[in-house]
Amino acid sequence: MTNKATSVSPLHPDPVSRPIEEAGPARTAVELDRVGKIYGHGTTAVEALHEISFDIRDNEFFTLLGPSGCGKTTLLRTLAGFEHVTRGVIRLFGQDIVDVPTHKRPVNTVFQHYSLFPHMTVADNVAYGLRRLKKPADEIRGTVDEMLRLVKMERFADRLPAQLSGGQQQRVALARALAPSPKVLLLDEPLSALDLKLRQAMRQELKQIQARTGITFIFVTHDQDEALSMSDRIAVMSEGHLQQVGTPTEIYEHPVNRFVAGFVGDANFIEAEIASPIGAKVTCRTRGGLELQADATKASSGQRDAVLFLRPEKVRLTEPGAGTVNGTVRDIQYLGNSTLMEIDIGEPASVIVRQSGDVNQPACRPGDTVGVVLDPHALQVLAE
Amino acid sequence: MIANLPDSPVLRRSLALAPALIIIGVFMLIPMVVMAIFSFLEAKSFGGVVWNFSGSAYIQLLYERMLDDSLRLSPGYLIIIARSFLLAFVAMVCCLIVGFPVAYFISRQPIQHRNMWVLLITIPFWTNQLVRTFAWIIILGRNGVIEAPFRFAGLLGADETLGLMYSDFAITVGLTYTFIPLMVLPIYASLEKLDFSLVEAAADLYSSRWEAFSKVIIPLAKPGIIAGCLLVFIPSLGAFIQPDLLGGGKKLMLGTLVQFQFSTARNWPFGSAIAMILLAFVMLFLILYARAARNAKAMDLH
Ligand SMILES: Nc1ncnc2c1ncn2[C@@H]1O[C@H](COP(=O)(O)OP(=O)(O)OP(=O)(O)O)[C@@H](O)[C@H]1O
Ligand SMILES: [Mg+2]
Repeated sequence: MTNKATSVSPLHPDPVSRPIEEAGPARTAVELDRVGKIYGHGTTAVEALHEISFDIRDNEFFTLLGPSGCGKTTLLRTLAGFEHVTRGVIRLFGQDIVDVPTHKRPVNTVFQHYSLFPHMTVADNVAYGLRRLKKPADEIRGTVDEMLRLVKMERFADRLPAQLSGGQQQRVALARALAPSPKVLLLDEPLSALDLKLRQAMRQELKQIQARTGITFIFVTHDQDEALSMSDRIAVMSEGHLQQVGTPTEIYEHPVNRFVAGFVGDANFIEAEIASPIGAKVTCRTRGGLELQADATKASSGQRDAVLFLRPEKVRLTEPGAGTVNGTVRDIQYLGNSTLMEIDIGEPASVIVRQSGDVNQPACRPGDTVGVVLDPHALQVLAE
Repeated sequence: MIANLPDSPVLRRSLALAPALIIIGVFMLIPMVVMAIFSFLEAKSFGGVVWNFSGSAYIQLLYERMLDDSLRLSPGYLIIIARSFLLAFVAMVCCLIVGFPVAYFISRQPIQHRNMWVLLITIPFWTNQLVRTFAWIIILGRNGVIEAPFRFAGLLGADETLGLMYSDFAITVGLTYTFIPLMVLPIYASLEKLDFSLVEAAADLYSSRWEAFSKVIIPLAKPGIIAGCLLVFIPSLGAFIQPDLLGGGKKLMLGTLVQFQFSTARNWPFGSAIAMILLAFVMLFLILYARAARNAKAMDLH
């Protein structure tokens, strides 16, 4: 017990200005090994996490992405120590921490609703963790100033949380969690209570702060834009199951299954059966009798049926007869920066096309016939 | 015919308030004024007052009149006042020590169970105080629930007693028992409002359980703690059933003293004077409380 407490010392040598290029092979910050969490028992048991295994690297901006109720908060809470895992192992820099109590984990949390101490000033909130760590008073003062400057809140040091706006409280919550320079910072939808403009500005700031401090961020969101724009890597979850871990590009361009493809961005799915031996490319025949070439890198060898996946912005429109197939424009949605078109190509599901405001695109109206180009490189067979 | 209501809003408002004002006036102000006046009159030998202005009731609190009409400082009543404060304070502390964990426990129960717990806490409060206090005689008294096993085991002879009854201890137990719901309820009210994620935040920021308790829970429960302490301390200070029954009339407190003056001693002015002094202390505490509450409100303006 005691050696555990000392070896997971929450102390960190230098708080803010750790150089980023302290390179070498990326260390593993957090390692999840078949982590399971069941709430309650008997008939009311809820399996919130099922055999979750993945690694998070040191200095990484890592995002947990998934729909409401998929277990993101639960996973974060097991990392912070607020919940016990039902099974599995969590390692922090190689050390098993499942039995280490919250207050001995070198991990801090930015809570969704900030949870600032209402009876303490901003400065006292930020100093709270440092005081518990028994840092010398002048060091505490220095770090608090530094943190408040980092989040641009130095003018508000003597205010109480109730006297701050939501965005300001959010910054204080961030400063408070960063002040003890944790090895890992956990953020549970920290931007969700902010309005759109502020949220977008805070994305940039969070990302910069992460780069400057070099602290591993584990960021929870159900907003795919947030995840794609901020993360080094993303873990997509659904109903307690891990779906995919990868960089934003991997997740967006090469989703491993229909869930990920559909959750991260818009997607067209075309159901088909496989009509040729599976190689790098494969020929598929759709229900409507269309023969399509598709990327088969994720197909398994014995597979007979397939779901083909295609992002709307990867579909091109052309003159009737010049594309892969002809279709009829059913509906047009103007979105400002792009236009979404629903095109009936004689399949059970129509194809959604996203066109950026390109002047060279032919203008069309509902009812027009157009050629639809389904690029074999962009069309992917999803794993079953 | 219906009388015309006055048009002036001020008048109308005072009319609307009239029932409340009359009740406060008749049942509170007038008796208090009577008491205040009585405390400055002379006592009639067998109860009642003689309408002569006199400060003798207040003098009697501090001095004893000797046979030659000279005054000698006499600490007897001061000791009773001091004992009242001491016992009320100890009862308040006991209520806090027992009541806080109870309130905390209730506030951590699933929301649908909390009202049931609150009800359980308050049920004794709805039964007669006298009956409940007598129950303690059965528990603490000679051959009571506590002594009986000792006697049975031969640890206590036939004439011996543990001496639990008719002591400061018994009074404190009685006061604590009687007023504990008044401690639990306000603390529960403030703990129930407490966002538990603050406690998680404290633990997350390296607070041990004790530190989370002392740095976060206690400060945020403070309004409830202060209210609870007052609600226990004030009635304990003036209590007379518990000191009378459990103190056996030997251990006087302010409340018993007042009662004694009006019944046995037939010294109404003196009884009134003691009551006024008690009232003065209560007012003092309430003013201090109002101050504290105002400061607390200034802290979390939402
Ligand atoms: N304390 C609890 N007791 C019982 N079930 C719980 C508890 N907390 C969460 N759950 C359940 O566990 C599942 C995962 O919940 P969790 O809060 O982790 O979801 P989430 O991904 O954070 O969702 P959101 O995006 O809405 O915050 C849900 O089905 C939820 O109902
Ligand atoms: Mg959540």
